[in-house]
Amino acid sequence: MNQRITIPIGPQHPSLKEPGCFTITLEGEKVVSAVVGVGYNHRGLEKACEARTYIQDMYLIERVCGICSHTHSTAFCQAVEALAGVEISRRAAYIRVIMAELERLHSHLLWLGVAGHEIGFDTLLMYSWRDREKVLDALALLGGNRVNYGINTIGGVRRDISPSECEQLRSMLDFIEEEDKYFIDLALHESTLAARLGGIGRLSYEDALRLGAVGPVARASGVPTDIRVIEKYAAYDEFPMEVITDEHSDVFGRAVVRVKEIMESIKLIRFALDNLPDGELKVNVPRRIPEGEVLSRTEAPRGEDIHYVRSNGTDKPDRVRVRAASEANWHSVAHMLEGDYLADVPIIIAAIDPCYSCTDRAIVLDHRDTGCQQVLDWEALRRYSVDFYRERGFDAKSIKIPERKIIR
Amino acid sequence: MLAALFHILIFPGLLFLMAYSLFFDFVDRKIYARLQNRTGPRWYQPLADFLKLLGKETIIPDHAAKKIFTFLPIVSMAAIAAAYLYIPLFLPESLYPFDGDLIVVLYLLTIPTVCFFLAGWFSTSVFATIGAVRTLTQLFSYEVPLFMALLAPALLADTWSLSGITAYYSQHPFYLLLNIPAFLVAIIACQGKLDRVPFDLSEAETELASGTFVEYSGRYYAIFRLAIDCELVVVSSLIAAVYLPMHSDSLLLGIVIYVLETLLILFILALIRTIMARIRIEQMVVLCWKYLTPIALLQIIANLLLKGVL
Repeated sequence: MNQRITIPIGPQHPSLKEPGCFTITLEGEKVVSAVVGVGYNHRGLEKACEARTYIQDMYLIERVCGICSHTHSTAFCQAVEALAGVEISRRAAYIRVIMAELERLHSHLLWLGVAGHEIGFDTLLMYSWRDREKVLDALALLGGNRVNYGINTIGGVRRDISPSECEQLRSMLDFIEEEDKYFIDLALHESTLAARLGGIGRLSYEDALRLGAVGPVARASGVPTDIRVIEKYAAYDEFPMEVITDEHSDVFGRAVVRVKEIMESIKLIRFALDNLPDGELKVNVPRRIPEGEVLSRTEAPRGEDIHYVRSNGTDKPDRVRVRAASEANWHSVAHMLEGDYLADVPIIIAAIDPCYSCTDRAIVLDHRDTGCQQVLDWEALRRYSVDFYRERGFDAKSIKIPERKIIR
Repeated sequence: MLAALFHILIFPGLLFLMAYSLFFDFVDRKIYARLQNRTGPRWYQPLADFLKLLGKETIIPDHAAKKIFTFLPIVSMAAIAAAYLYIPLFLPESLYPFDGDLIVVLYLLTIPTVCFFLAGWFSTSVFATIGAVRTLTQLFSYEVPLFMALLAPALLADTWSLSGITAYYSQHPFYLLLNIPAFLVAIIACQGKLDRVPFDLSEAETELASGTFVEYSGRYYAIFRLAIDCELVVVSSLIAAVYLPMHSDSLLLGIVIYVLETLLILFILALIRTIMARIRIEQMVVLCWKYLTPIALLQIIANLLLKGVL
């Protein structure tokens, strides 16, 4: 069967949790080529940030991503704090680390479940999401919310961690540690899991560097990249950190990296709880931020998260740029898909732990550089759409809109 | 005449099969849920799902062959219901026993699979077409080991009728132990027939968005779902009749034994579904041809040799 067929995975497809379109060309069951199409969820987020004050932006930035909300707000806070020239207290930095690692725990457990579901192993989904509930409870305990915790504020954190909350956290960690030992054992020794995940979605060390992969995807290809180590932000400089890497370079390796990182995060949270320093939660930051520009990086559960903030001396930022981790990982997806079976497409896509909405931004093409003739301005686009429908026998001018009756 | 109609349409025929299959579906889902640490559905959930599907809007794609499209669910349901009549359920004999009914049952059970293939093929959607091709590939890989595994006990009993198998093994109950390898092969291979994890490749929700059935909706889909549930009952009954033939002359005791046997097989099937991931199509072909078929073949050879000895 040498006939090639093209199937669209998305924008509506049960294996995608958010809209994205993967156009897969198949030869039999083998993927010949794949085109990744994202951009269904543009939310105008960066522009909206420019119209709001820094404090109001916190609420927006926290909602860039539903899962790694804390790491985005941390990156934004760091940028603004650097612009304002303030340094947060050690206690605040520690609390930020605790939240960031809890977030990583819940994100990785979530991923494990999604991965299980994509390969038809729903039991893994149920087990890991059951355990994830404990982490979400802990996050709700500390932040008041299961998803957007609202812990960060410019100049520190908004909530303290009391000794009794520390105790509850510790008991949660003990539970997760036990469960994660089981998951590590499962990932390393379960035969159907190894048969389904091993050898698919290959990304070699060189390709990972060339395509700019970040986070667990890069680490599973043996690239020891971790912003927590490279650029020790928040309180990470005081933490004994170990970068988990793996040499498998496939989806199996990504699973192994993630389940091992859960262990590492548990260690970090324990260390933070043991050494939680005293101090103020928040230092005051002026409302007007001095002029300047800053690039701030954090390590999200999915990889490197970059925020760029430029201020013009007012209380509103001049420009905010958010680069979510998935945006860096999209580039390697098409490469990973080629040559694998159709059955592996969902799990390979899921293996980068994609966040569609966090990634989508409007892109302006500069046709002077690219030679692209397809750039339309607003008026041309309007005329194009009118002509498009007229050719199909639908004349917009012929429609008579009934006069509005004013109901008193 | 009236008694025959009663047997075919009501008990133990069509109506009982439908009711029991809904119950079976409930038990399957409940076991699956409990093993996954969930609560699981209430007892009437499969019935509620079925009725709700019946009431949903039915959409037939423009490009689909309309007659075949609407005809296929009924054909597969009919084939499964017909197969059920030839399996001994509560009494040592089936309703209409004859020599060779084992073969007939096996072939009747192939009809639904072919219907699923045609359903996908005539839906003319890419997902359904790929699902249909997978259904056939799957058929070619599990059918041979499944047939051989089911025929091996019959060879030992020297009969092609299910009633004959029951009679033979009630006389020599210990010979049942000889068929354990064939039993294991049949249990694994029938997962492919039933489109269940790890062999639910033709439906593969996360890849093909339910594959062959992607264009089906409303009452046609409801009949297909019911047919699949009924198939589960029929295959479990067949495995029970071949590998665990229990002899009882009283109808009541027979029903109890039948329910226990089929539930035991269902439990094994649900357990496999819980602990496995869906495998790839080429892995399935390798598994069926490289491991299951040789085991089934060895069983047949062993049974032929044993027949000379015993």
